[in-house]
Amino acid sequence: MGKLLIKNGRVMDPASGFDRTADVLLVDGRVAGIGANLSSAGVVQFDASGMIVAPGFIDMHVHLRDPGFEHAETIESGSRAAAAGGFTSICCMPNTNPVNDSATVTSYIVERARLRAVVNVFPIGAITKGSAGEELAAIGSMKAAGVVAISDDGRPVMNARVMRRAMETASAFDLPVIDHCEDLHLSAGGDMHEGLESVKLGLRGIPSCSEDVMVARDILLAEVTGARFHVAHISARNSVAMVAFAKARGLKVTCESTPHHFAIADADMLPYDSNYKMKPPLRSKEDVHAVVDGIVSGAIDVLATDHAPHPGSEKMQEFEKCPFGITGLETAIGLTTDELVHTGRISLMKMIALYTTGPANVLQLKDRGALAVGGIADVTIFDPDRKWTYDVNRSHSKSRNSPFDGRQFRGGAVATIVNGSIVWQAE
Amino acid sequence: MNQGLLGIQGLERPEIEVILDRAKYFQPLQNESFKRLDTLRGKMVVNLFFEASTRTRISFEIAAKRLGADSVSITASGSSVSKGESLVDTLNTLAAMRPDAIVMRHGASGAPHFLSRYLPTPIVNAGDGTHEHPTQALLDARTILDRRGRLDGLRVAIIGDIAHSRVARSNIHLLSKFGVEIVLCGPPSLLPRELAEIAPGVTLEHNIREAIRDADVIMMLRVQLERQHETSYPVGEYFRFYGLRLEHLELARPDVIVMHPGPINRGREISSDVADSQRSVILNQVENGISVRMAVLEKILQ
Repeated sequence: MGKLLIKNGRVMDPASGFDRTADVLLVDGRVAGIGANLSSAGVVQFDASGMIVAPGFIDMHVHLRDPGFEHAETIESGSRAAAAGGFTSICCMPNTNPVNDSATVTSYIVERARLRAVVNVFPIGAITKGSAGEELAAIGSMKAAGVVAISDDGRPVMNARVMRRAMETASAFDLPVIDHCEDLHLSAGGDMHEGLESVKLGLRGIPSCSEDVMVARDILLAEVTGARFHVAHISARNSVAMVAFAKARGLKVTCESTPHHFAIADADMLPYDSNYKMKPPLRSKEDVHAVVDGIVSGAIDVLATDHAPHPGSEKMQEFEKCPFGITGLETAIGLTTDELVHTGRISLMKMIALYTTGPANVLQLKDRGALAVGGIADVTIFDPDRKWTYDVNRSHSKSRNSPFDGRQFRGGAVATIVNGSIVWQAE
Repeated sequence: MNQGLLGIQGLERPEIEVILDRAKYFQPLQNESFKRLDTLRGKMVVNLFFEASTRTRISFEIAAKRLGADSVSITASGSSVSKGESLVDTLNTLAAMRPDAIVMRHGASGAPHFLSRYLPTPIVNAGDGTHEHPTQALLDARTILDRRGRLDGLRVAIIGDIAHSRVARSNIHLLSKFGVEIVLCGPPSLLPRELAEIAPGVTLEHNIREAIRDADVIMMLRVQLERQHETSYPVGEYFRFYGLRLEHLELARPDVIVMHPGPINRGREISSDVADSQRSVILNQVENGISVRMAVLEKILQ
């Protein structure tokens, strides 16, 4: 494993509040020291002058497509895209083939990640068998095999009684329940946010209320069951308000926003370009403002990408035929610095918290999300002023479905360190 | 760059006026015994219809032939489309045969817009999903002009399933650019509130009598409640509350004209006596379709 000395960076750790220029010494996968003028015999040095040295970023919402859809992404390619985006840990959603609804599939992912992934991979198990919304999956066994949460992401549990039983079961195993909140009857057939833009384009709408009614339902069920409930990719203003309300009532309710939902609105879409098609859809300007306000106020706890790779052949079709989802791992930091930090909405410390302590608290990941002596040596080094242009054809992902191709960013990852080793470094 | 015609929304008023004027020039030709010009001799137009269509497809074919162009028509059934070929592959294959223009109808909104980003061949949109049907709006404008001599200041009521109508969208964009007062009317489930902001001059109305009051033009839309995935409105009482009947015409201006893009559903959205009345210009619309499409093809191919 060896030694690595990160010199002269601005070390920022939201968990402890530490914010000072310092050296960080990593030895054998652990943080051995944080302080001024550190040195060690035979150590490899990384000059981080002018850069931020932060705890390893965690993306708690990623689709790795493995097993079953390896033409779109694999655990290995997805982990490389994560590293290139500055993430040291990612959580993968269970909508693979087979669905991760058993300890067998969980174990496959854990083992495959151990062999091939360059970052830490934490699987998320299904709520129901096959994510079919009917019979509960093997939640306890999956927890024993390594899942850190349960979710039927993409195929939300429509039956409220099943969701209640899932929350009860999850609380017994101290797992959070993550819901992709969407009433499938209200959203049926929809391709984009329901509003003036969808009416203009003649595309069927996905109304905000299809998200709101499920957020409301799940908050009420979380109160009844006492479960830890997390709203995935929140996008609608009423949903943000309801999560804030639930928090004020002391419920264990958290939520995440994706960079694309705080960065762009439905009116920013290139018409009929499926690289702008995802669920939940890009919403109105008012919703985007509400999401940003929610991030600032603390109603939103976590930023996560919902990285959803699809091969070009699936995205090169009529808009209504294309699958939902865009890639996001490599553009997350750039969008966050551009849209939230440089605009003065949040501090750098807050940004780091949204990618570290935020997800670590929701998932109760031990030894992650903090940078402290004795802790695991997962470190994200980024430069909030680095100017770079995203070229999707040079992406580490196997897929190319990003609306941010060609976008110039101010702010980006510089190096990603997992267990004390540099797994990715900017050119 | 692709110089086709994808929609009305992106056109400027003068561009529309040029087409409408040129269409007027072509009108007398339709009554000649020898109807063929050689303006577009040697040009090839491919009509590619992924959705069933009789009048629009035939109208484009006749328009191309009257200008001296060659045209071939392909329908989705019996073509490689029904063998699972993707839209991009189908169009690339056709483009490799070097047609000069592709006239295309497709059930998916934005299908021609998506293709035009990858194809060098100009595309004329002959109807895309529930988005636009630009030549229908142009022929409707030509028909109104023939009767009224102007568009500015008129009051036009568009009645029916606005939500799913490409004809309505193209007409709204065109009429709005000419300062028309546009009243959209239908049951709330078929009349999204956002339509009020789609273009200047648009108001929404749920009561057909109010919509028709003082109207210069009534445009009825085809309603196919039974073909929708859900019940948007009680099928049995549509005609009672939104069907156009003779007594409604008394509320409109005395010289009101009644239009319909066809095919009409007698007794569903329009009564037979209205469809066959002196006020109906439905067949004039069909006739103008050829002149307008000649003007469009000439503009694109010359």
